[in-house]
Amino acid sequence: MALLEVKNLGIVFGGLHAVEGFNLTLEKGSLYGLIGPNGAGKTTIFNLLTGVYKPTSGTFTLDGVKLAGKNPVEISKAGIARTFQNIRLFKNLSVLDNVKLGLHNQMKYSTAEGILRLPRFFSTEKKMNEKAMELLKVFDLENEATTLADNLPYGKQRKLEIARALATNPKLLLLDEPAAGMNPSETQELMDTIRFVRDEFDMTILLIEHDMKLVSGICEEVTVLNFGQELAQGKTSDVLNNPEVIKAYLGD
Amino acid sequence: MFKQKKSIAKATKNNFITYGILAVMFAGSLIWLESGAMPRQFTKLLVPLCTYSIAAVSLNLVVGVLGDLSLGHAGFMCIGAYSSAVFTNIFADVITNDLLRFFIALLVGGIFAAVFGFLICIPVLRLKGDYLAIVTLAFGEIIKNIFNIVYLGIDKSGLKIAINSSKYTEIMSADGKTIINGAMGITGTSRDSTFIIAFVILFITVAVSLNLINSRTGRAVMAVRDDRIAAQTIGINIPKYKLLVFTIASFFAGLAGVLYAHNLNSFSAGAFDYNASILILVYVVLGGIGNIRGSFIAAIILYALPEILRSVGEYRMLFYAILLIVMMIVNNNDTIIDMRKKLVAKLKKNKHKTTANEGGDI
Ligand SMILES: Nc1ncnc2c1ncn2[C@@H]1O[C@H](COP(=O)(O)OP(=O)(O)O)[C@@H](O)[C@H]1O
Ligand SMILES: [Mg+2]
Repeated sequence: MALLEVKNLGIVFGGLHAVEGFNLTLEKGSLYGLIGPNGAGKTTIFNLLTGVYKPTSGTFTLDGVKLAGKNPVEISKAGIARTFQNIRLFKNLSVLDNVKLGLHNQMKYSTAEGILRLPRFFSTEKKMNEKAMELLKVFDLENEATTLADNLPYGKQRKLEIARALATNPKLLLLDEPAAGMNPSETQELMDTIRFVRDEFDMTILLIEHDMKLVSGICEEVTVLNFGQELAQGKTSDVLNNPEVIKAYLGD
Repeated sequence: MFKQKKSIAKATKNNFITYGILAVMFAGSLIWLESGAMPRQFTKLLVPLCTYSIAAVSLNLVVGVLGDLSLGHAGFMCIGAYSSAVFTNIFADVITNDLLRFFIALLVGGIFAAVFGFLICIPVLRLKGDYLAIVTLAFGEIIKNIFNIVYLGIDKSGLKIAINSSKYTEIMSADGKTIINGAMGITGTSRDSTFIIAFVILFITVAVSLNLINSRTGRAVMAVRDDRIAAQTIGINIPKYKLLVFTIASFFAGLAGVLYAHNLNSFSAGAFDYNASILILVYVVLGGIGNIRGSFIAAIILYALPEILRSVGEYRMLFYAILLIVMMIVNNNDTIIDMRKKLVAKLKKNKHKTTANEGGDI
């Protein structure tokens, strides 16, 4: 069974069909690209898949569980995590705390145990710190653990967002333009990291990206979106050579 | 690993400074008080200082940690004050142990205020924006006005309640005891608030606040404050944490109200009006939003100052205004905060030089 099954997903904003009839089947462990010109509806699809928006049509399932119409908290618990095109970190908290927040539903103790500083507070916090530091190491951020998230350079903020998403222990990871604002060497490094995450965490990744070098470098398959509708779908190299796709990009 | 330990050590150290300041203030005041040398002008300030410190610290949980504006914090004090004073007056002859009765009164006031806080917060949860400010503002005014017209007394046939004085005299027998006397408020409540009890409650308020902030719950609350959407998508249940913090803050405001009610011969709802809420908010803002230590320090300085300045007579409010402005700049201007931090770092460095051992970067 496929991990993610999206059927005929759509949303209308006051007459604008931002996404229409969107279908997608993601096998476990795949690294899939979602591309298309600005305003095509890519981010809107992420917002639908994470419950930020409720679909006006269609449905989707994760591991056979229907998630369409559920709220973001339920969807997070079901196993979909994401990053944002416009970085959304907890700016006034440390890098470490940002990742520990990703662990919020993984490692728990009650409010009373926290206020009264009962043993479970100490043991759980210790575990959280260890797990969070482990994740920070993957993204080469362990030396910035105490830095305020807001004070990180841009590229590192993007990485921290991925680390936080991974901390929620997802089955599916959605990355919205992870290389935006990165220089070529940072992008290269990010590609290695994304591949590493897929292999090491056995992760399924769906990513939106404008950098075609990144897409063709790491995505096995892609869907091209234009004006909210699928324009092409298939193996990355084939799709990127599709004349219609080239036209959509050049015509943008 | 090294850095991470350091950050935890830093938070702990910061908390220890806060507790240290409290301990020194407590010991100093107590010695001064017990020695008998403290002027009357100051002794009568001790309980109110704790009361307003508790109010400010608890409001900071809402404003600084949760990131919502509340303009009716005095309303929760009002609930705590009235509910506990009614309790104390009814049970004055039943529970004769003052300490035990006051302990129960504190629970009554705190819990009543917490329940109201919880109920007030529910309708606001679904709304985005500064609706909490509007709802709490209205709540504070409504509570004050309700208590202003309520008459409550007890006679042989039980509790009697009315919302105007003529109706009240009608239903109330002449030998009964009046507890709430309309706009006159409550008179003759046993004056159980002592400096030590008030201080212990302030200490508990500060400790609970700091422990809450430095815990899984506090992190979640601050995540909601910083970015709602990101918080939701990592699985944080926003309504739960809003309700929780608002209820805890209301509980402590209620305790402040209990202390207030049991410190005076008589009080009325007028003491908990909009101005009182704004005054507490001023303490929070000037002490630094989100800064627990700053809240009680600002409350103490700003509450005590007008009293201390009585000696300079008419210039009193002038000094007060200047102090407000200075505190606002020192605690809320980024450049000044930066300068202050650098200064502290420099002082620390010098100290390290003179002790001449530990080097390294702090
Ligand atoms: N909340 C919203 N309300 C109205 N229109 C929206 C909303 N979110 C997205 N849109 C519209 O949907 C279209 C797709 O946007 P988006 O998904 O952000 O595109 P992109 O492919 O660049 O990520 C755009 O025309 C955008 O203006
Ligand atoms: Mg987008």
